[in-house]
Amino acid sequence: MTRETKEQVKGMLFVSPWFVGFLVFTLGPIFQAFYYSLTKYNLLKAPSFIGLDNYIRMFTNDKLFPKVLYNTMYMVVIGVTISIVTTLLISLLLNDKRLKGASIFRVMFFIPTLVPLIILCVLWLLIYSSGGSGGGLINQFLSVVGIKGPEWLGDPNWSKMALVIMRTWCAGNLIIIFLGGLQGIPEELYEALSIDGGNFVHKTVYVTLPMLKPIIIYNIITSIIVTMQNFSEAFIMTKGGPADSTYMYALYLYRNAFQYSNMGYASALSWIMLIITLAMTLIALKATGWLNED
Amino acid sequence: MEQQSTVETNATRRKQIRGRINYVEMTVIYIILGVLTVIYVLPFLWLISSAFKAPTEIFTNPIIWIPKILKWDNFYRATHDIPFFLYLRNTLIIVAGCLVGSLISNSIVAYGFAKLKWKGRNALFIVVLITMMIPFQIIMIPQFLFFHKIGWIGTFLPLIVPAFFGNAFFIFLLRQFFIGIPNEISQAAKVDGANEFVIFSRIVLPLSTAGLATVGIFTFLNTWNDFVGPLIFLSSDKKYTLALGIQQIMSVNDPRWNILMAAGVLMTVPVLVLFFLLQRYFIQGIAFSGIKG
Repeated sequence: MTRETKEQVKGMLFVSPWFVGFLVFTLGPIFQAFYYSLTKYNLLKAPSFIGLDNYIRMFTNDKLFPKVLYNTMYMVVIGVTISIVTTLLISLLLNDKRLKGASIFRVMFFIPTLVPLIILCVLWLLIYSSGGSGGGLINQFLSVVGIKGPEWLGDPNWSKMALVIMRTWCAGNLIIIFLGGLQGIPEELYEALSIDGGNFVHKTVYVTLPMLKPIIIYNIITSIIVTMQNFSEAFIMTKGGPADSTYMYALYLYRNAFQYSNMGYASALSWIMLIITLAMTLIALKATGWLNED
Repeated sequence: MEQQSTVETNATRRKQIRGRINYVEMTVIYIILGVLTVIYVLPFLWLISSAFKAPTEIFTNPIIWIPKILKWDNFYRATHDIPFFLYLRNTLIIVAGCLVGSLISNSIVAYGFAKLKWKGRNALFIVVLITMMIPFQIIMIPQFLFFHKIGWIGTFLPLIVPAFFGNAFFIFLLRQFFIGIPNEISQAAKVDGANEFVIFSRIVLPLSTAGLATVGIFTFLNTWNDFVGPLIFLSSDKKYTLALGIQQIMSVNDPRWNILMAAGVLMTVPVLVLFFLLQRYFIQGIAFSGIKG
C-alpha cells in the first residue's frame, strides 16, 4: 500500500462510526419516512401504498393543518424576532466596557437557561396560572401596578405570546453567542466615532450591528430551526389549547404518529416540515443578503 | 498665546460634553439592565420560594417570597411520594451510557476529519454540518419503527446506542480543537514509529481536555433534559427518566405544585453546580453554538 492509500483507509476508518450512524439513523430514516408518507400505515397492518393522498389531504382536506402551520409560523416569525431583539439588546448593554459587574449580570441572565425544559414548563404553567386569590407570579405582579392581567395560557389571544415570553426568558444561549461575537469587534473601530463625540446609539448603528451581522444571522437561523421543532411546551403545558391556539406542528405530528397511529400521514407531515425548515433557512439567508455576498 | 487657550478651552469643553454623555448613558444602561435583571431573576427565585411553600401560599396576593414556615417536608415528599430516586437512577444510567458513547465516537470521528488527509473528507464534513439542520421529527418515526422491530422499545438502548455514532455538533467542536494542535508533535511520534491510534489516544486526546470537557457537559445536559426521546422510546414507568417522570406526575388532575417545584429544584441543582464549577467550558461550548431542544 502506498502512503496515500494508507492515509485514505485510515481516514475513512476514523470517520466510519459517524458514517454508519448517518446511514442508519439519519439518511435511511429520511428515505423511509418518504416511503411511509406515500402509504397508509397504522402499525397493525403492513403499509399500503396510496400515492400522494396524504399530501393532498394535508393541503385540501385537513382543517387542523393550516392552523398548526399558522401557530408554528407565528412562533417562528414573531417569537424569534422578539427573542433575538431582546437578547441582542441585553448583549449590547452587557458588552459596554464601562459597565461594572458585567460578569454578575451575565450569570443572572444565563441562570434561567440552566433550568431543565420540563421544569421550565412546570414553572411557567404556575407563573401564568390564574388559580388561588392572586394567580401566578405574573398577574400578582401586574396587579401591584394596577393592571388586571389576561388569563395567558387560558386565553387564545395571549397563549402564543405567553410561550414566546417563556422562550425569550430561557434564551441565554443567544446572549452568550452574541457576546462572543461582540468581543471580536476591534476596539479601534469605535475610537474614531468616540473622538467625534459619537454616543452609544451611533456606535451601535454604525459599527456594532454591521460587524455583528454574521452572528445575528447565525442566531436567527438556529432559532428558526429550533422553533420549528418546538414540542414540549405545547405537549406539557397547553395540550395545544385553548381553542387550538398553541397547537404546534410538532405536536400535531406526534399525535398523528403515536396517538392516532397514522404513521403514513405523520411521515408526510414530517417531510413537509423538513422542506419548510430548509425553505425558512434559505429565506433568512436571502432576506439578510447573505446569499448575494461572496 | 490667546489662540492656545481657546484650543484648550475647546478641548476641556469637549471633554466635559463627553463626560456628560458618559454619565447619562451609563445611568440609562444601568437602569435598563437593572429592570431586565429583575425580570429575568424573579421567576427563578419564585421557583425556589414555591418549593418551600404550603400549597395555599403559592397563588396569594400579595406575593409571599419567604414563607413563614419553610416546608422542608416538600423535598421529602418530592423524593418519596414520587419515585424520584428510581427516575434519577434511570436518568443516570442513560447519562453514563451517552457520556461513554459520545466521548469515544465524537473524538475518533473528529480526528479523522481534522488530522488525516483523504479524498472526500471535505465533502463529507459538509454533510456533517448539513445534518444539524435536519429536524428530529423526520427521523423519529422510522427510528421508532426500527427500534420496535428489533425489540428495543421500552429499554434504554434507543436512548444510548445512537450516542456511539457521533453527533454533528460535537464532531464540529472537537475538530476545531484538534486542528489547533500543531502537527509537528504527531509527526515526531510518527517518526518514532507510533501508529495513528497511539498518536490519537496518547498525544492528541490529552491535549484536548477542554474540548472533551465541553462535549461531556453538553452530552450530560442534553441527556439530563431530554424529554421527547424518553417519551417516545420508553413504555413502562419503571424505566422513566426524571424529565418524563415529572411530566407524567404533573399531568394528573390537581397535582401538588409545591412538591413538583421541590422536585424541580432538585433536578435543577446539579445543572447549576456543574455550571458554577465549569463555567468556562459552558461558555466555550455555547459560544460555538447554542443547544436547547
